[in-house]
Amino acid sequence: MDIILAILIGTIFGFVLQRIGAADPDKIIGMLRLTDLHLMKTIFAGIGVSSALLFIGLITGIIDGGHLSIKSMYTGVIFGGMLLGLGWAISGFCPGTGLVALGTGRIDALIFTLGGLAGAGLYMIMYGSLKGTWLMQKLFGGKATLIVTSKSTPLLDMSWGPWLAVGIGITMIVIAKLLPDKIR
Amino acid sequence: MYWDWLKGGSALGIAFLLAVILVKPIGVSTQFVILDGVIGNSINDTLVVKDENTKTGYGSSNAYLNKSGGKYAKSVAKPLNYSFVFVLSMILGGFLGRVFQGTAPAGKIKQLPEIHRRRFGSGYMARAAITFTGGFIVLWGARLAGGCTSGHMMSGMMQTSISGYIFALSTFAVAVPTALILYKK
Repeated sequence: MDIILAILIGTIFGFVLQRIGAADPDKIIGMLRLTDLHLMKTIFAGIGVSSALLFIGLITGIIDGGHLSIKSMYTGVIFGGMLLGLGWAISGFCPGTGLVALGTGRIDALIFTLGGLAGAGLYMIMYGSLKGTWLMQKLFGGKATLIVTSKSTPLLDMSWGPWLAVGIGITMIVIAKLLPDKIR
Repeated sequence: MYWDWLKGGSALGIAFLLAVILVKPIGVSTQFVILDGVIGNSINDTLVVKDENTKTGYGSSNAYLNKSGGKYAKSVAKPLNYSFVFVLSMILGGFLGRVFQGTAPAGKIKQLPEIHRRRFGSGYMARAAITFTGGFIVLWGARLAGGCTSGHMMSGMMQTSISGYIFALSTFAVAVPTALILYKK
């Protein structure tokens, strides 16, 4: 059953990423150069729609929070995020969209993926010496969220928190609408 | 030719929502490590071993595969698991997206990004060097951060996760200036 869901949701996700232009390096670099914000609008809307519906589902009890999973916050998130941003900007691919682009028949995406396997492999080898250093220092108590979920320490622990999350989601959709198509 | 932001954003949001309702939040970059582990284990089959003392029943001589009770070691030993098949299926999804794109000429894809051609010319080696280096940095960084654009930024911010917001800010803080400088006309 898990495998069927993996194929189903994975294929839908890859299909959607291709159809919004996220697997097209020209669209990614255009977004980062602020000359084509179409993808930025789409990402804002995507997070907004999923977050608003998720929290409405949690409030009404339609969605079971049991499958939520919060990632830890530690120093490495900042530095790793910066490195990912660097590689993303020079290549126009991130891990997921690189694979989707590979599926569309791009040779540069195949080379990106091979580079990615080498980078992940080096990290795997280096992990033993990074473990326990300042890079792994937990911040905000680790698994922290803004709003209470069943799986985290919330920064705002109020009964109306989930409604605020719905509000944040709707705000992101409004931002998506208001963002211009390009800034430069 | 691509979906507009509202249609695309809604479809994207529903994909992330579907995953968290049915199974778990979407994530991609961990699976690069799993594939590395599978390759490593096929060269040296003592990399991942059965180990009754760990939570998952699998262990590894590599500290990364061995962490969290051998969670990754188990995935390497049994790669036909949800997360790995999910990521492989994304490649199929990309293929189908391209097939049903409509306006694009069938079978042909512009291999060199226009933005690259304008900056570095039409030689393919420069693009190959850039994408290999880019891929290397992206995945090393994603593993240090514990997630990528899908896992941290999208799935994380969907759940109002602090790590998701900070990851997104860190990523764009470097990505925007880099793209502005590197792909300046």
